[in-house]
Amino acid sequence: MVLLTLLAVITIAIVRQRSLFGVVILAGIYSFLMASILIVLDAVDVAMTEASVGAGVSTVLLLATLHLTKTTENPPIHRNLIPLCLSLVTGVALVWGTLVLPPFGTADAPIHKHVVPRYLTQTIKETNVPNAVTSVLADYRGYDTLGETTVIFTAGIGVMLLLRGRRKAERAERKSGKRA
Amino acid sequence: MRTDLILRIGTKLILPFILLFALYVQFHGDFGPGGGFQAGVITAGSVILLAITFGLESAKRIAPQVLIERMVPLGVLIYAGTGVVGLLLGKNYLDYSVLSQDAAHGRELGIFLVEVGVLITVAGTMTALFYAFVERER
Repeated sequence: MVLLTLLAVITIAIVRQRSLFGVVILAGIYSFLMASILIVLDAVDVAMTEASVGAGVSTVLLLATLHLTKTTENPPIHRNLIPLCLSLVTGVALVWGTLVLPPFGTADAPIHKHVVPRYLTQTIKETNVPNAVTSVLADYRGYDTLGETTVIFTAGIGVMLLLRGRRKAERAERKSGKRA
Repeated sequence: MRTDLILRIGTKLILPFILLFALYVQFHGDFGPGGGFQAGVITAGSVILLAITFGLESAKRIAPQVLIERMVPLGVLIYAGTGVVGLLLGKNYLDYSVLSQDAAHGRELGIFLVEVGVLITVAGTMTALFYAFVERER
């Protein structure tokens, strides 16, 4: 509860903050809080990912981006009433959707009935790997993880092509400019 | 930045432990929390830390750009290749049980190989992204 309250406070602070440097740092704090919440929920693997990616690498990448752009946000030009209504409606719809979910932590929820018992009881016998998270990720759901790896690969290639391609073009432009 | 003695010594002290932790997360992922993705990000983090304190040049001496860029597709190839082995030996794609006589052991080995692939791609991509952003201003 304390963590969730802190999370809400940080979110409001991010929205009100105009300095983008502050926003980046607050987003890092948000990620660490989220990681703590995930640890409380016993999702250690996800917490580890959240802490290393959300608080670590993305903070560094955002700071590197800030280094290339301005560090203060421009004040909004017009009032954004329609987006506000849209996000409020979406939020209410999401909360309304959670009302019909089975209560948090029930053992006989549908999601725990289908394939989960097999994963949890057979993982050591079938794969020699005691950590069910790892065996589900890399074996039972190997296709999904292959897809995720390919997504990372594609994103990396895309960013490299965009940033470096433009740099080369700039350099070529400078050269031709000197000649002219 | 050049005179920041505490930062530089601290980085030197902590770097081997970060890399060791990354290896632990990678190879102990079968038993405890962790796996290729987390280990890859931690590995990339160590390179980024080195680049922040000692400058991009010294980071590139340890992790050259060519190597980093080869790593991005290499990991996906290892992952997909492990799947193809299953296909070639008469089972389904990504069925690791053919990798060894014992089906369970084969799947353990498959998980290991696949996680190595994820580690290589993630570490390569994260470092390459950082390099691309930092080099942009020059």
